[in-house]
Amino acid sequence: MRSIKLNRVIVTIFMGVAGILFIMPFLWMLSASFKPELDVMKYPIEWIPSKWNMVENYKQVWAGAVPFTLYYWNTTKVTLMSTALSLIISAMAAYGFSKIIFKGRDILFLVVLATFMIPTQAILVPQFIMYRWLGLFDSHFGLVLLAASGVLGTFLLRQFFLGIHDEIIESARIDAAGHWTIFMRIAMPLVQPALATYMILRFIWTWNDYQNPLIFLRSDSLFTLQLGIRKFADFSGEFYSLMMAGAVSAILPLLIIFMIGQKQVIEGVAMGSVKG
Amino acid sequence: MEVITEEGTAKRSGSPGISKMRKQSFYDNIAGYLFIAPMLILTVTLVIIPILLSGVISFSNWNFVSGLDGFGFVGLDNYTRLVQDESFHRSLYNNLIMIGVVPVAMFLALVLAVLINKATYFKTFFKVIYFMPFISSFVAIALLWRVLYHPNNGPINGFLRSIGFEHPPMWLADPKFALVSVMIIMVWTSLGFNMVIYLAGLQNISRDLYEAADVDGASPLRQFFRITLPLLSPTSFFLLITGVVGSFKVFDLIMVLTGGGPAGSTSVIVYYLYEVAFVNLESGYASAMGIILLILILLVTLFQWVGQKKWVNY
Repeated sequence: MRSIKLNRVIVTIFMGVAGILFIMPFLWMLSASFKPELDVMKYPIEWIPSKWNMVENYKQVWAGAVPFTLYYWNTTKVTLMSTALSLIISAMAAYGFSKIIFKGRDILFLVVLATFMIPTQAILVPQFIMYRWLGLFDSHFGLVLLAASGVLGTFLLRQFFLGIHDEIIESARIDAAGHWTIFMRIAMPLVQPALATYMILRFIWTWNDYQNPLIFLRSDSLFTLQLGIRKFADFSGEFYSLMMAGAVSAILPLLIIFMIGQKQVIEGVAMGSVKG
Repeated sequence: MEVITEEGTAKRSGSPGISKMRKQSFYDNIAGYLFIAPMLILTVTLVIIPILLSGVISFSNWNFVSGLDGFGFVGLDNYTRLVQDESFHRSLYNNLIMIGVVPVAMFLALVLAVLINKATYFKTFFKVIYFMPFISSFVAIALLWRVLYHPNNGPINGFLRSIGFEHPPMWLADPKFALVSVMIIMVWTSLGFNMVIYLAGLQNISRDLYEAADVDGASPLRQFFRITLPLLSPTSFFLLITGVVGSFKVFDLIMVLTGGGPAGSTSVIVYYLYEVAFVNLESGYASAMGIILLILILLVTLFQWVGQKKWVNY
């Protein structure tokens, strides 16, 4: 018994060292964003800055020549709207595909599922043209629709809706409840963990998306954070301390959300995949 | 539904039942369509119509700047051009090399998952650490690694010099090393996802098996190869397929990190497609490339269907 405990401690220490090595790039990024530019590339690395320049660096990023605050706001707006819309649409479709029997249901589901395999890049050109025709080009609303058109949420939530026993639905219907009532009052509360998981994942993906804003936005005033830090990097060229401060600013909100909901995210990712 | 014992009762209990059922199924049809309508409308307009259009445009020499007048069919010209296009070959070749990331990440993830599952404290802490790159944006990651890889005074080469390498590789600046540099980052970012999936797979293996093996005197290593590995095969297979498909879709990282350079050494199909479509403005040619990419991914998926039946032990 005792030797097992000792083994566990040894392995934990070993893994701890491996873990620190693994997140070293992040630690370096954080430390670089606190230093004056001249100290960033010094070797040996000063993990704890000898001279602090933190306030100055972050001020340069947030209140400098590039309107970082605006990009932040744009990203927040697009991400929140995308997440909300995607959640509603996916949950409704998932309920329809799992709990209502209607003509052509399985065929339609197969068609929707098949679109999952289409790489986004293969449809960029026609999407771009259609967006210009429809007047959705260079608008946040267009980005929101793109983010909501993903079928992964439908697929993931359907898996969980299928786990609800039909008897519950049946008895509600005998009590003369319509599908909308059942969906809102019974089905949605039962799959809350799955909803939370998908919500966090969708949030992370939309927040980090670079490709769609790059293709479908033109005006600088609509730019999202990802386009913003790229622009900032080109703009401040060789100022690595500022670049790192920008990168930290982009990752930090997600990190906080992830820390709060890490159980949901990790379990959700694992469940959705192993089940499927 | 009806059991006819006497005509009278059958009519009485049967007919209202039937009409009620009809109403019910009519109502169900309507409700079903209404529930899936928003999703279906979005998918049809933003995915299905575009992929069909992609197919049509791929047989033309059109570019979207010239409007509809410049639309002319050229048959299979775009596809034959792909066969001869050196840049496309290069990108496809790079994509195939990149698949090498998948087994490496899977192997490392499996080792970590087994160790964390069996022999450590603070499981959650480790999960969070390894999952961090998965939640970070590729733009931020690319900017970070661009600095880390800096050939002259970046921290990585600083370290290599300090342990005695006179001339460490130039990483992203050297066409020979650029792709390897990108692949290292890809392993780093995909490790957490793979590990979490493996951990979930390990949770599903019943402990009785190991206990029985212990009784029979099988060594831990033997247990790993005889129990753990075979029972994880569905998980491994899933990771292999998602990994391969994912490696064909790496765009953000390449775009910000290298822009396909130096000298095309890190260009991949999706990046080349972007260049052809939005820099050279050749819509027809880009669409043909998109269709080829779709076919590649369909082949991988088909392989998955066939393979799952053959090699996976459930």
